[in-house]
Amino acid sequence: MNKPIRRVSIFCLVLILALMVRVNWVQGVQAAAWASNTHNDRNRYDRYAYPRGNIIVGGQPVTSSDFVNGLRFKYKRSWNDGALYAPVTGYSSQSFGSSQLESLEDGILSGTDSRLFFRNTLDMLTGKPKQGGDVVTTINAKAQKAAFDGLGNKKGAAVAIDPRTGAILALVSTPSYDPGTFSGGADTDVKAWTDLNADPNKPMLNRALRETYPPGSTFKLVTAAAAFENGKFQSIDDRTDTPNPYVLPGTKTPLKNASDDEPCENATLKVAMDYSCNTVYGKIGAELGKDKMRAQAEKFGFNNDKLDIPIRPVTSAFPKASDPAGTAMDSIGQHDTRATPLQMAMVAAAIANNGTLMEPYLIAQERSARDVISNHTEHQLGQAVSPATAQKLQQLMESVVQNGTGKKAKIDGVTVGGKTGTAQHGQDNSGLPFAWFMSYAKGGDGTQVAVAVVVEDGAAESAEISGGSLAAPIAKSVMQAVLSK
Amino acid sequence: MSTFDLSPETNAANRRPNTTITPAAAPNRRNTELVMLGFAVLVPILAYANVGLAMDGSLPAGMLGYGIGMAALALIAHLAVRRFAPYADPLLLPLATLLNGLGLVMIWRLDKAGKLLRNNFAAAPNQLMWSGLGVAVFIGVVLLLKDHRILQRYTYISMVVALVLLAAPAFFPSRQEDFGAKIWIRFGSFSIQPGEFAKIILTIFFAGFLMVKKDALALASRRFMGLMLPRGRDLGPILMVWLLSILILVFETDLGTSFLFFGLFVVMLYVATERTSWIVFGLVMSVGGAAVVATMEPHVKTRINAWLDPMAAFAPHPPANSSEQIGQTLMALGSGGTTGTGLGQGRSWLIQFAAKSDFILGSFGEELGLTGLMAVFMIYALIVQRGLRTALAARDAFGKLLATGLTSAFALQVFVVAGGVTGLIPLTGMTMPFLAQGGSSLVANWALIALLLKISDIARRPAAEPAAAIPEPTRGPVS
Repeated sequence: MNKPIRRVSIFCLVLILALMVRVNWVQGVQAAAWASNTHNDRNRYDRYAYPRGNIIVGGQPVTSSDFVNGLRFKYKRSWNDGALYAPVTGYSSQSFGSSQLESLEDGILSGTDSRLFFRNTLDMLTGKPKQGGDVVTTINAKAQKAAFDGLGNKKGAAVAIDPRTGAILALVSTPSYDPGTFSGGADTDVKAWTDLNADPNKPMLNRALRETYPPGSTFKLVTAAAAFENGKFQSIDDRTDTPNPYVLPGTKTPLKNASDDEPCENATLKVAMDYSCNTVYGKIGAELGKDKMRAQAEKFGFNNDKLDIPIRPVTSAFPKASDPAGTAMDSIGQHDTRATPLQMAMVAAAIANNGTLMEPYLIAQERSARDVISNHTEHQLGQAVSPATAQKLQQLMESVVQNGTGKKAKIDGVTVGGKTGTAQHGQDNSGLPFAWFMSYAKGGDGTQVAVAVVVEDGAAESAEISGGSLAAPIAKSVMQAVLSK
Repeated sequence: MSTFDLSPETNAANRRPNTTITPAAAPNRRNTELVMLGFAVLVPILAYANVGLAMDGSLPAGMLGYGIGMAALALIAHLAVRRFAPYADPLLLPLATLLNGLGLVMIWRLDKAGKLLRNNFAAAPNQLMWSGLGVAVFIGVVLLLKDHRILQRYTYISMVVALVLLAAPAFFPSRQEDFGAKIWIRFGSFSIQPGEFAKIILTIFFAGFLMVKKDALALASRRFMGLMLPRGRDLGPILMVWLLSILILVFETDLGTSFLFFGLFVVMLYVATERTSWIVFGLVMSVGGAAVVATMEPHVKTRINAWLDPMAAFAPHPPANSSEQIGQTLMALGSGGTTGTGLGQGRSWLIQFAAKSDFILGSFGEELGLTGLMAVFMIYALIVQRGLRTALAARDAFGKLLATGLTSAFALQVFVVAGGVTGLIPLTGMTMPFLAQGGSSLVANWALIALLLKISDIARRPAAEPAAAIPEPTRGPVS
């Protein structure tokens, strides 16, 4: 009987060996996948098991980590001024995950980033409590507040950039929301989350980065840039050969200006910019053609789907294929041209920075609980236009503020350039137009700021809306906030 | 190596297994057992302290009492073995003590999870009480069972008792949280799992029955497709066992017990007859039976689907009757990784249902990691190997069959439970021997270890005591 017993013995060992192989597979080979599985709630609990690092604006944390000592979660996220900073920080909720910086910088904030490994190990050995690191943003608290207050209860967005570095100084979207209302797991948090998601005004949509609008007349700067860069005109005082109205090529549709009284017929580039003549810039765009227009737009950052600040904005688009009539409309920021407020701020910034487009960024510094992990290094995205062209575009924009539609952005003792936009949208342009203002300001001490503001249907009558009256004052207050020390 | 040898029956000696062993060749291993028992008590006590320090930052209040209690239980068991089974295997008792102690620690640790575990209640005191009862039964068997061959007389009584035990749960309603499996007999809040005891009693029946019938069963009457088929009248009992396991599957929807009993029977049949054809025969019958039942029983189908896709239960619209248990266990194991989170620092309470019983391995895997699970499997492997060495060393066919049967049942149960919990095979409702919460399982497995110890004691007893002289039994050995 011993022979079969030995065989049974081997069989039993094989059974246990199979178990050993299996646990090696699950806990060795597959371990990381199971540990990071989206249904593995340990990750949610870990994120709030010890103090989370803060997001810092102007030296002050705008977030905090409250010790709530719950059954599953020890800490809970809260915001000092949630509605103001939600478009920057995003949310970090025990129940609903996280977004934007809270999500993208989670490694630093929760202290699990691989760059913190050495420090974490040291802390573990020396018995120091675990603590997440901080993320220092480029946001200028005063500019952020000015933009937020300026937009008030209107729907819209504002972005301010330092043209010399690309640092994002303000990033505002309204209506906003307080991420602290749903950062926990209680019934009230669930209700707040449900209500926010159901709100028709979409308060959780980051309009500054995640929404594109037709840029309207602000896009005429890109068309002017293409004209200069391609040698179509040499000076801003060159006369154009433009009928009024201008019949779109290949169609019988006349393109008109805001009012028939405006001196747009055969206007110079400068006058056409001051009065925002659709006929002039539509015709220039059509004559340059879709490829040259698109090339110029792309140099300013359009059609770039890989821009991370580190939040990824939706891609601003200049269409690849349009007929000449379409290109004429594209060139005045209508038709298929779409831009985020960030994109138009980048156009203004590149023009102000003598044609050099700096990569916009939101994070100045990453820190562990004790030391600096990384500092941002500035990075050129490219040369959007030559310095000579940039000078001409600056003259055009400064003239708009001095003599044209952008007078409301004028600041005493400061060089301000700007461009208004009133973009039609909707079926047969039936929607209330979007009011745009894109501008830059250069202070005496070399401080610079580029701003783009968009206000959605802020007034009941479409005639009331225009970039000059609605958006320009907001841009002005943001520029003042940056320039005033 | 030789330290743990049960007998000098290695290599050359294997060819003469039934030769008597001189006293000089079989040293009494009781001191080895005592030292190992010291470790087996110390390790859980340290683990207990570890949980307290990790969860409360202080040594647990009950540490002294718990340590003394465990040490006392182990010592009494050891003294009983020293007195009544002096030549018994020295490793089985320490190994069982270690597993029992570790299980207690983990159950206590999960008690401390409090409200995080649904319907949580302090199960550790109960488990400690059952451990005491288990050790008492262990001592009882060691003390009262003078010779395992006495059990041979109760072959057919065992059969009846086992059948009654197996059939009983079918007449008791199953609860919602049992997921359809009917393996309990309940009286109010008190419940027993008769399958655990039936496992042992059925093994006694199989051993006795096969002892008598092995020669007849080894006889082939017909050759069919290259297989030597046994005579028709010998097939009766086998078909009966097969039918029984199918009935368990159908009426109690207990895949594990059904598989365990049939597997046990095939293994013992093979050992008794030394005919490979019986394995083929058994495999065909079990696969055929299982396939038929699996297509009919929705419960079995659910289990198989849950095995194929453990994460399906997490979908927004999970399939009916699906449970998150396996997926949660796999995530617990993965989160534990190689070295684990450390005792008391994991979140295996996420497994929720049966976290302390069937799924307790998930907690071990998370908190002690792959390292800990490998150690646990190693302990089980050692128990199985000591059991089968006992079978090899036994001088009588009944002892060999009984030891093989008990050990195989143990090994199959470990495989079925651990394989199910880790997603290697479909899940079946059975408890992890010694580790899991559950009184029936603890008591039955302590009895199983006691029987193995008794067989090994007789096997290694010096020849001076005539092995043939079977003392009169004073009372029924198992009831």
